[in-house]
Amino acid sequence: MSAVSTAQRRKSAPARQASVLYDAPGPIARRRNVVLTVVFSLILLGVAYFVVVNMGEKGQLAPEKWKPFTDPSTWTTFILPGMVNTLSAAGVAAVLALVFGAVFGIARLSDHAWIRLPAGAVVEFFRAVPLLHLMFFAQYGASAVLGITVLSFQAVVFGLVLYNGSVLAEIVRAGIRSVPRGQSEAAFGIGLRKSQVMRMILLPQAVTAMMPAIVSQLVVLLKDTALGTIIAYPELVTSGVRELDANFGNLIPAAIVVAILFIIINMALSYLATWFEKRSRRSRKSSAATLGPALAPPAPGMQEQQMTDRTEK
Amino acid sequence: MRVRRIGAALAAAAALTMGLAACGQGGGAGSGGGAAKGIVDKAKESKKLVIGIKIDQPGLGLRKPDGSFAGFDVDVAKYVAKELGVPESGVEFKEAQSANREAFIKQGQVDMVVATYSITDKRKKEVSFAGPYFITGQDILVRADDNSITDVESLKNKKVCGSQGSASPQRLAEKFGASWASKNLKQVQGYGGCVPLLENKTVDAISTDASILAGYGTQFPGKFKLVGKPFSEEKYGIGIKLEDKAGRDAINKAIEKMFQDGSWKKAIEANFGEFAKNFPNPPTVEKY
Amino acid sequence: MDAVIENLPAILDAFWLTIKLTAISAVISLILGIVLVAMRVSPLPVLRAVGTAYVNGVRNSPLTLIMLFSGLGLGTVMSLKFSDDLSVQDFWLAIIALSLYHASFVCEALRSGINTVPMGQAEAARAIGLTFMQNLRLIILPQALRAVIAPLGSILIALTKNTTVAAAIGVGETALLMKNLFELEGDSVIPIFIGFAIGFLILTLPTGLFFGWLAKRLAVVR
Repeated sequence: MSAVSTAQRRKSAPARQASVLYDAPGPIARRRNVVLTVVFSLILLGVAYFVVVNMGEKGQLAPEKWKPFTDPSTWTTFILPGMVNTLSAAGVAAVLALVFGAVFGIARLSDHAWIRLPAGAVVEFFRAVPLLHLMFFAQYGASAVLGITVLSFQAVVFGLVLYNGSVLAEIVRAGIRSVPRGQSEAAFGIGLRKSQVMRMILLPQAVTAMMPAIVSQLVVLLKDTALGTIIAYPELVTSGVRELDANFGNLIPAAIVVAILFIIINMALSYLATWFEKRSRRSRKSSAATLGPALAPPAPGMQEQQMTDRTEK
Repeated sequence: MRVRRIGAALAAAAALTMGLAACGQGGGAGSGGGAAKGIVDKAKESKKLVIGIKIDQPGLGLRKPDGSFAGFDVDVAKYVAKELGVPESGVEFKEAQSANREAFIKQGQVDMVVATYSITDKRKKEVSFAGPYFITGQDILVRADDNSITDVESLKNKKVCGSQGSASPQRLAEKFGASWASKNLKQVQGYGGCVPLLENKTVDAISTDASILAGYGTQFPGKFKLVGKPFSEEKYGIGIKLEDKAGRDAINKAIEKMFQDGSWKKAIEANFGEFAKNFPNPPTVEKY
Repeated sequence: MDAVIENLPAILDAFWLTIKLTAISAVISLILGIVLVAMRVSPLPVLRAVGTAYVNGVRNSPLTLIMLFSGLGLGTVMSLKFSDDLSVQDFWLAIIALSLYHASFVCEALRSGINTVPMGQAEAARAIGLTFMQNLRLIILPQALRAVIAPLGSILIALTKNTTVAAAIGVGETALLMKNLFELEGDSVIPIFIGFAIGFLILTLPTGLFFGWLAKRLAVVR
């Protein structure tokens, strides 16, 4: 069979497509695949059946547990305000984390050790401490030490900004470093000052390269707002699951609905990240290598040349 | 040059944080009537009160799907507000979580707190309490068909659920020891999380204030029952600013009136249904 | 500082729990991640679809919710029982949640690793007659794994920190302990916080350095 006809077959029959790992299936393989497909489908259906039966037995499928979701007031009183709180905490935290990330990311690249080293210590510290510890610290620490009361909103934002800001700082640093050295050398060559090189040459190119990694870190940030429920911030899990449960006793159905909402929002954001990535890979404007959503900065203690890292969390 | 730029950026970030923090602080609170003015004057002049309640506690303080609030605490709050000259339309309810009740009162984010607020000596140093308007104690909620639990001692070989940060599971852990607690005590987020565990036999009992347990019992009629042998005493009071003596007297008077004119009993029956028999008589108001 | 020293046994216990949660979940999520990636690149559309749906669903849900599903959904509704001892039961339910969640990240890391294996390798493997499973097991995965050592290290570090979310189902780990200590020892909040932070630095920094070293050592020379 010639290469051309293979290509044609691939186009006409995507199901029979070959990949790096396997040939386009022949008649025997196709038969075997059909059998395996049936077997695996049956196994999956079996698992699904088991789950549904168990849920039914435990009364989780009872109509009165699901009916509240058809009532608009459930959405306007509990779920939507919760979502607004989730999004506003995430939005405020995202803006501040980006500022934090830009400041510390650039500071870590400073020529002056007295800026570079403290900035590095701050970033590594906050990347190592779990978010929940930061939130608890904000909530209890500030009132115990400073005598002021920290609202749960502020504690959530505090934790999200410091943790995600530190990760973003690493993304910014990696992004700036990914701009080929020739760019800054040429800029210095035409007489630009350090700050001008950063502002006019490095940052604009780096931002294009960083966009996908930034957006996917924002997905992480959005998901992490759910930790707010542990410190009683009225976000989507608190008001959409716990408050709804207090009214209707439907903890599990409510958690399923809220999880679906989170998945929809985050998939939309992830899609945005992929779109950015594709666009900036196509773009010729930046000479920096695009950091994919999958290419977040390395974990604390790692060398930054290993840039094939996943976004943390 | 860059140093100054970074400094400026830091300053900007700090300013932004503080600005936002301030926004958060202001969050819709009708911040009381200033330190000098008591709750009585505020009620008289503005005909408005901001009252802190629980919003996820069935039977006591619960936000309903239509946005209104229901529960025994809510009824008490409305009654007291009315006695202070504030109509129901002038009452704004605000969620007061257990952890920030004192702070809400001190900062004037609320004028008073009626939120399963136990009167303790420690809290008396920070806020002033009117009441108590309700006396309850740590009790045990079990499945309706379970007769094996008759008092606190029978929890020794049973699995018990409580809320993280609540004093009730702590009391049991001290009574039965750490190894019992590790094997038999489940601590989840809020008592609402305990209910499905009890229903599906992951635990055998929920133990906390009888009032809270009665709220869940009423929510799922026929499923659970209260053991009815409280082994602690919790006096729910109404929290106001520490220095507001006139306010405390006025609220105490309102509470006593509520006891006498039958409104108290009516509120108990309306909110606790078949469990109302566990709370037959109003307490005596303590004037300290 | 006294508050930290006085409570050191409890703090060490909590960190020991963190280490146990991390180690067991890491092994399970690595295995599950390999299974998932095999599904995602397999010739069977049904497996690919399930693998993709799993990864997209889990990766985009908050761990707090997955923890809740594990605690209530598996423990209570599905009556999954590991032990009569509640703390042991919760420990394993937390491990399930952590493993399910991080497996999706392991899967995605491995998938990007597979993309780094040159076409020629797989084509040569097929040419000598290896089946899909043999190809994956003998040729592709060993190379892919070596290419993604560093990202796997990051996932391990994230996992270490994420064990704190087990607080949501009441596992007595470091975050809850820290909160309790804050309430007990109100005047030494800062030393307590620093103490816990140092604990996590001790756990995560060497992990990071070790995986960085390992990644360099095992890097596939191309």
